[in-house]
Amino acid sequence: MNSSLLFIALLSLTLFSYWYGLKRSIKVAGGTEHRKDLTCLPEQFGLLTAMVCGLPALITLLIFNSAEPFVIEQLLTATLPAKIKTLSSVDFGLYLNNIRSIASSETAQTLIKVIELPINIDVREQYQAALTLQTLNHQSTWLKTGLVLVIAVANVIMLVRKFNLTFKARQQSETIIHTLLVASSAIAILTTLGIIVSVLFESIHFFKSVPVTDFIFGTQWSPQTAMRSDQVGGSGSFGAIPLFAGTMLITFIAMLLAVPVGLMIAIYLSQYASTRLRAFAKPMLEVLAGIPTVVYGFFAALTVAPVIRNVGEHFGLSVASESALAAGLVMGTMIIPFVSSLSEDAISAVPQSLKEASLGMGATNSETVIKVLLPAALPGIVGAILLAISRAIGETMIVVMAAGMAANLTANPLDSVTTVTVQIVTLLTGDQEFDSPKTLAAFALGLMLFITTLGLNILALKVVQKYREQYD
Amino acid sequence: MINIIKDATRISKTPLTTTQSTKLSTTEKVALSLKKRHQKEKRFIRTGFFAVIFGFMLVVVLISDITSKALPAFHQHWVKLDVNYQSDWLSVDSDTTQTVFIEQLQTANYRKVLKNSLYDMFPSSDGKKLSRKDKRQLFKLFSTNAEFTLKNELIVTPTQINKSVTIWLRLDDDVDSYLKEDFPIGEAGLRISKQQAQWLAQLTSEQRIESRFNFSFFTASDSREPELAGIKGALMGTLLTLFVTLLLSFPLGVAGALYLEEFAPKNRWTDLIEININNLAAVPSIVFGLLGLAVIINIFGLPRSAPLVGGIVLTLMTMPTIIIASRAAIKAVSPSIREAALGLGASKMQVTFSHVLPQAMPGIITGAIIGIAQALGETAPLLMIGMVAFIVDVPTSIVDSATVLPVQIFLWADSPERAFLAKTSAAILVLLSLLLVINITATVLRSKFEKK
Repeated sequence: MNSSLLFIALLSLTLFSYWYGLKRSIKVAGGTEHRKDLTCLPEQFGLLTAMVCGLPALITLLIFNSAEPFVIEQLLTATLPAKIKTLSSVDFGLYLNNIRSIASSETAQTLIKVIELPINIDVREQYQAALTLQTLNHQSTWLKTGLVLVIAVANVIMLVRKFNLTFKARQQSETIIHTLLVASSAIAILTTLGIIVSVLFESIHFFKSVPVTDFIFGTQWSPQTAMRSDQVGGSGSFGAIPLFAGTMLITFIAMLLAVPVGLMIAIYLSQYASTRLRAFAKPMLEVLAGIPTVVYGFFAALTVAPVIRNVGEHFGLSVASESALAAGLVMGTMIIPFVSSLSEDAISAVPQSLKEASLGMGATNSETVIKVLLPAALPGIVGAILLAISRAIGETMIVVMAAGMAANLTANPLDSVTTVTVQIVTLLTGDQEFDSPKTLAAFALGLMLFITTLGLNILALKVVQKYREQYD
Repeated sequence: MINIIKDATRISKTPLTTTQSTKLSTTEKVALSLKKRHQKEKRFIRTGFFAVIFGFMLVVVLISDITSKALPAFHQHWVKLDVNYQSDWLSVDSDTTQTVFIEQLQTANYRKVLKNSLYDMFPSSDGKKLSRKDKRQLFKLFSTNAEFTLKNELIVTPTQINKSVTIWLRLDDDVDSYLKEDFPIGEAGLRISKQQAQWLAQLTSEQRIESRFNFSFFTASDSREPELAGIKGALMGTLLTLFVTLLLSFPLGVAGALYLEEFAPKNRWTDLIEININNLAAVPSIVFGLLGLAVIINIFGLPRSAPLVGGIVLTLMTMPTIIIASRAAIKAVSPSIREAALGLGASKMQVTFSHVLPQAMPGIITGAIIGIAQALGETAPLLMIGMVAFIVDVPTSIVDSATVLPVQIFLWADSPERAFLAKTSAAILVLLSLLLVINITATVLRSKFEKK
């Protein structure tokens, strides 16, 4: 029985045990007319039985499934001839893959037949191993099915035996539900922990081969390393300064567009616009915020970049086909609604009395906005801009599609630059072994990205909180 | 306010004419600067208005640019061809028994049939045989699957052997683009020669070319040939991934929100969870991809490229959104409902699940839909976990290799063939329409619940 079938079986068993628990509790009470004698409702007995049946079995299934491939590989390795075990990890992985593909494509009968043929000893060993693998898989599947079903049924039987008139089914089931609720909320912590541990662990692995200082202060980025000694490859230098510079350049261009436009939109919509214009403009801007980033990337690479190149060439400038300007402008477009809605919140949070006082002193509307509202809302606006910067730094698809791959250290917006996120995607897409410095470098970059965005978010929250304290 | 300013002007006008202008009172100074200030005000308003208009323009330009690029992908040119299924071209023996004959049809040489039929149709202009180059160019007018169309046709009706039949065939993507956009011959990226253009003109004048709605865009899977590529595989992948995401993130998100709002004591642990949720909502999506690669694939050993893994990663990503929205909805439930239920003797758990949760449901569902819309458009984390492979088969389960619509857009946008440009834009239109439908559903649901 495979896992999905087993899952369905377990689900039906759980449903059945709800009904069984319900019936049993009524029987304990002595018939439907005596159901009031129970301390809890029969439905609560049913619920408890269902949970006791399903939950431990489901957890067993999940643990079994995640441990299964590892254990089977270990058992298989133990049966392999000694000379295979001494292979390098790459060759050994290939050998195992080969065995797996044989085991999944041939039936056991064919394998036995092939083994009995007078063939090359290496081939025979492979088929022998494939046969072992098939047997192991088979045994493991049976073990899993048996274990899960036995746990489910045994739990139900043990529980139902304890049923009596004063059995506190509701309290017990509520304890279980409470635990489940706590566990669900703890997933947020587990996720953060998972991110930190995985990224940090791989980064430490990476910093063993490349010193931290070389990574953070190096100005040369060419992660292509030669896989064999006779191959022509890059020097494999991992200096991340060009990437940080490229990220900052594109973020800067994006902010140059998004901050003034977003701020002006926020001011106009909150201070001047009629209700009708507001009702129309807000959803329109939300459209801009809801468009997937891959669409922006397409727009940047195939519409904006050629336009910028043509205009630049018209004025005699040399523009790279993947210019930082194109990526930055489109990223700015994406961030405009983000800046405008957060700044609008900040502006409308300024107490009305300040605005009225300013107007009462004879200031014009624009003077009130510039000299009273904006300074008062400044912490909120700064918070919004910080969040927008963090968004821009972490944005991936626009730059992957519209920015370049070459790590140029330049401040010219018409040149092609690359960013941290682009390099993470480039290093990790495609098949390569997991332990090379090249793939590990992506995790080190991910660590930098995580720390930077986390820092910016915390800073933004701090700024906004301080501001709230002033007026509340 | 305008009245006040007008009054100020009126007052200031009288003394200005009578007294010396060397010593100005404050009122006079104000009056003198008014014109400038009002101009500034107007300029400021105009700038604000332009910013809003600029925002509109960006939306309009983006949508219209993509729509105009997408339109060619929705229709496709077909050509009517007279094909002669000669048995010696096919290298089958039509005199054998029925079963052997049918078997032979599976492996027959349909390419030769197509080629020879073509050469008969287009004799060289000076009556000589076609040159080798011409032959190759002629054959290249047709889609690579033209011979399979011939094969399927003959297998369905084997009696057509040794007869001349009229069949509609797909044209090659370059030819299709040429016919749609009428580009000058020899333009870069469009590989149509003068000779090919001449043939096409002849076919058009004979009314053998027809433009049809491109159904295969919705019913076919990905392909290296733009004229055959469709989005069905990607749509199925998206559906499976979102199914997993919804199945996991909705119950987990709601449970987390219920705990934090209804049960959690005010202590450090709760604060820690709250800080975590707020920070996770702002972590770049690509970092979740790194988590998926390092933990879910490399440690737990789940299959790469599978919707299951994609769904788990997107769950972790959208859960903060759902929790934050659900908490707001739960907080909005009136405390009197809780107190009334508690007063009647319900337990805390009963109050939560039978009174608070149903009341908060509209808000929770809206939050979940927003989360799903976010997951639908997400690309970067899925690139990390290998959902970026070229996959021809339509996935049928959550552990099959699959890709999703945004990733398909990314892959097609990278392809050099001109026809993929239109395909990419069309796929984007489909994605945007899906998002529109989801958002409208959220709005309708919310207003419906609110009425009750």
